Amino acid sequence: MPQQYLNKGNKPTKSGFGEGLLEAGRLNPEVFCIGADITASVDCNLFAEAFPQRFISLGIAEQNCVGVAAGLALEGKIPVFSTYGVFAALRSADQIRISVCYNNLHVIIGGAHAGVSVGPDGATHQALEDIGIMRVLPNMTVLSPCDATQTSLAIVAAIEQCRGPVYLRFGREAMPDFTSAAMGFEIGKAQVLRTGNDVSIIATGHMVWEALLAAEILAAVGIDARVINMHTIKPIDRETIIRAATETRAIVTAEEHQVNTGLGSAVAEVAVQHHPVPMAFVGMPDCFGESGPPLKLMEKYGLTAEAIAEKAKKMVKW
Amino acid sequence: MHPWQTEDTGALRHIAATIRKSVVTSLAEAGSGHLGGSLGLADIFTVLYFSKLNHHPDDPAWPGRDRLILSIGHVAPVLYATLAHSGYFPVEELLTLRKMGSRLQGHPGRDHGLPGLELSAGSLGQGLSVSVGMALAAKYDRKNHRIFSIHGDGELQEGSIWEAAMAASHHHLDNLVAIVDRNGLQIDGKTEDVMGLEPLGNKWQSFGWHVIECDGNDIGQIAGAIDAACLVSGKPAVIIARTVMGKGIVRIENDYRWHGKVPSREEAVEFIKEIEYRILNTEF
Repeated sequence: MPQQYLNKGNKPTKSGFGEGLLEAGRLNPEVFCIGADITASVDCNLFAEAFPQRFISLGIAEQNCVGVAAGLALEGKIPVFSTYGVFAALRSADQIRISVCYNNLHVIIGGAHAGVSVGPDGATHQALEDIGIMRVLPNMTVLSPCDATQTSLAIVAAIEQCRGPVYLRFGREAMPDFTSAAMGFEIGKAQVLRTGNDVSIIATGHMVWEALLAAEILAAVGIDARVINMHTIKPIDRETIIRAATETRAIVTAEEHQVNTGLGSAVAEVAVQHHPVPMAFVGMPDCFGESGPPLKLMEKYGLTAEAIAEKAKKMVKW
Repeated sequence: MHPWQTEDTGALRHIAATIRKSVVTSLAEAGSGHLGGSLGLADIFTVLYFSKLNHHPDDPAWPGRDRLILSIGHVAPVLYATLAHSGYFPVEELLTLRKMGSRLQGHPGRDHGLPGLELSAGSLGQGLSVSVGMALAAKYDRKNHRIFSIHGDGELQEGSIWEAAMAASHHHLDNLVAIVDRNGLQIDGKTEDVMGLEPLGNKWQSFGWHVIECDGNDIGQIAGAIDAACLVSGKPAVIIARTVMGKGIVRIENDYRWHGKVPSREEAVEFIKEIEYRILNTEF
């Protein structure tokens, strides 16, 4: 493992979201937060306690939350509405499409509980389709940072760098926190965490850490893997994808999301138009998740370093 | 009230007739769109823009303006005609309705840059939430402008409306006035046959709103209802305005088939003659 990416300790990405939101609230007096009952569960309680006047409780009513956010944004506020991704992206999809995206408003939607690593709550609460649904909407920016440190940077960037709608995805389970704030976070600019010229592993969210581990497994058998952290799904970093396609022999994508419409599809859309290369996809194979311990579930659905390494090996031999 | 606005009901009736004529003309030219609801709302839009709203057509983004949120985007023709006759853009531009490259989209779209348009809307049930957000922002900023939110009665079948209704009273938004176009009709027929809304006033009241009912085609009653709504303190107000779909043209009045229909050019000529005849004979 490259020295600079050692695990500083496990931490849920949602903690990073909560800390970053608090920081953004301090920096910018126009930031508002909307609560849909699960305020503490999505770590918005830090903001709510620090800025009670700028915290608006709207109860279990996601469609209304999104519309209210649009109204606040029309008046120059920067609303952040966070709930579980399954509800944010699906229950209120029409409000996001029309009230937010068609009006092109600077509304930030936090999608918590991404992926099967949500664990025991099971399929209903594991967001596995949110990237696909959000990235298809015009004007939308979609962010999927890789660890708690980066999620903290991502929410600040969503508030300070964007002018239109943003969907920011994060997880629940404590996972390795391995990046540093010094790496920065530029929306739309992927990060090459490890150089390599045999195969490129393009990963997002929790799977970035697994991709780094996969590169270690591959290095042991003499395969030189490039690891790319695609923290911005939209606008996607075409240049970094095209370079991976031209400079390495294959691309493996890895995400805690349906392979259909997710990161894999987004990367393939670019690669196939510019420099088609053999590709393999690590992600959910068009099925729902289930209850279980987070890491066991990731293992069952092949969302591990080993699964990534296996696919990469096949791709390189192909 | 601005100098170019008026409380004279006779003058306002004439303006409403002018707006109706523009609605008919623009829809006939467009060849598709929603005539019935647009005609039924002409009196309410007239009273709002030509009497009650605090706004500056020559400075559409003036921060102190009252906001008008049109949740039912399909009646865009009456909004466009009212904005044009208020001076937001040339009246001739109404003839571009629904055409390629027009600022007058079939359902309102802000991305086309139409002055005076507050919200892109067309998917029913969303506008009240947006109005709640705007009202919350105004409260936070201690600003005195109001948000007028225009809704259809059929639209109230959308659950999100009631989420927003709950939120508006929970947050004591007395700077928010909702106006419901209670024409009793929707595409499939009578609202009470399709999905009953009554007792409608009680519903709003039980959600914590101050309820005012009026004849939504009577200039004086509309003005009185808006004045009363603006006096309400501590809670939002809703005006349930009983209107006649297709108001102004006898043969289409209360005919739900005219919800999403437009006149042919020949019919338009006939409809405009009727509107002119009735205004001359003070039948409105």
